[in-house]
Amino acid sequence: MSQDLNYTSEEMMTITAARRFRDNATCFVGVGWPSTAACLAHLLYAPEAILVYESGAIGSRPQVSPLSIADPELADTAVFIATVPEVFSHWLQGGRIDIGFLGAAQIDRSGNINSTVIGDYGIPKVRMPGAGGAPHIAAHAKEIVVIVRQHPKAFVSRLDFLTTARCKGPTTVITDLGILATHPTSGELILTSRHPGVSVEQIRESTGWPLISADRVEETAAPSDAEVLALRELNDSTQRAHDVKLHAA
Amino acid sequence: MIRAICLREAIAEFVHDGDSIALEGFSHLIPFAAGHEIIRQQRRNLTLIRLTPDIIYDQLIGMGCAQRLVFSWAGNPGVGLLHRFREAVEKGWPGKLVLEVHTHGSLAAAYVAGAARLPFGTMRGDPDTDLVKRVSTVSAVECPFTGEKLAAVRAINPDVAIIHAQRADKQGNVQLWGILGVQKEAVYAASRVIVTVEEICEKFDPVANGMVIPSWIVSATVVAPGGARPSYTHGYYRRDNAFYQQWDSIARDRGRFMSWMEQNVLEYVAV
Repeated sequence: MSQDLNYTSEEMMTITAARRFRDNATCFVGVGWPSTAACLAHLLYAPEAILVYESGAIGSRPQVSPLSIADPELADTAVFIATVPEVFSHWLQGGRIDIGFLGAAQIDRSGNINSTVIGDYGIPKVRMPGAGGAPHIAAHAKEIVVIVRQHPKAFVSRLDFLTTARCKGPTTVITDLGILATHPTSGELILTSRHPGVSVEQIRESTGWPLISADRVEETAAPSDAEVLALRELNDSTQRAHDVKLHAA
Repeated sequence: MIRAICLREAIAEFVHDGDSIALEGFSHLIPFAAGHEIIRQQRRNLTLIRLTPDIIYDQLIGMGCAQRLVFSWAGNPGVGLLHRFREAVEKGWPGKLVLEVHTHGSLAAAYVAGAARLPFGTMRGDPDTDLVKRVSTVSAVECPFTGEKLAAVRAINPDVAIIHAQRADKQGNVQLWGILGVQKEAVYAASRVIVTVEEICEKFDPVANGMVIPSWIVSATVVAPGGARPSYTHGYYRRDNAFYQQWDSIARDRGRFMSWMEQNVLEYVAV
């Protein structure tokens, strides 16, 4: 592991998430960081991971990260395209998803997620997009990986709104500071790994509840130069692909 | 034979004040041209139904067409929040907007039940969330065979479904392909159906993942080339990602939004 490149905490987070994809696992992928991590995983670690998108694209091999969940890139590279009702009935409810990758605005110590409102539901401070597919992804995937920046406003003792109930299987939360995972008996999210250069204390201060550490907190493997370069190249080509305009608005 | 009708006539005839309407299209084939014509004809008190309200619903809400929104995810895909939707929910401008919040799974099941003319759809294990407390159209039902407790969602039968498709033939059959979202279910669930298409062709060529909606299901087929812009039509034109980004700053300010709508939607005459 060389550390010649000064990687950012966001790159650390994305690379750590990408390492979670497995060959032949069906991976349900949301937009944003999960999508970038999925592309990187296909390039570096799990070329045979089966990517499933809620737009119905199944088995896609996107070369650039999609800007929306229904980008033509996902349709063009899919093995086939299901309808949205089929995605939720045949695929999620049918138990055909191994790992679901999600984002979150707020998460609590049990792994419940809020993506609906900040503030009071009736007169919200910020009205956010809402549930989308997340509640059924968490309900039916065998395990969940949540990718979210760690700060006290996101890691809260009490959610403003419970949009997505915790997964019955294991939840792993990958942040820009470390990795949290559900404790097998208590079911609470505990700190299992800290990223290089980050202290346990710093992670505790960035968490809105008294975060418990595992008996042994690992240090996450630092990104290799190859990982960092692959991610930057992916981000560059994604940027170029989405900037190309063949027509006026 | 396909009935020659323009978008102005189709909206005037089939979309009325107070209707529940579903403009579907999952990031792909979003019927923007039809939505703009609804805004120009100043329809009011509409119930807008859609899994993913994005820019077109932000525009309909900001222009005062909507009284109620039935949805599961309201955002600008890949960009952020919808500011006209936010202002309606947070500040009641331009009017109070009643929300019926779903998940993609429950709303999809509601369309499927609607298409089958069943009273409700079922899902396994709809979890105990605050969402369920806020919506009266999701409840529980017991399986008569196993006793398992299942979630039930009331069927959705829109007065009007509006979709955009690649093409129609001269008989008015409609062919669409690529990402197809819940269009088929919305169309079959609705009482009236308007389809805008890129072109009329002599005969359909087979396409991968293709779907055909027969002419007798459709109330009006309208030729509207570019009718899904700034979203995309697979095989015809790409998504205008730059516009989706620009929309964030256009919609953020009430005045800028109004002048943009005046220049780009209200003063434009539909074909």
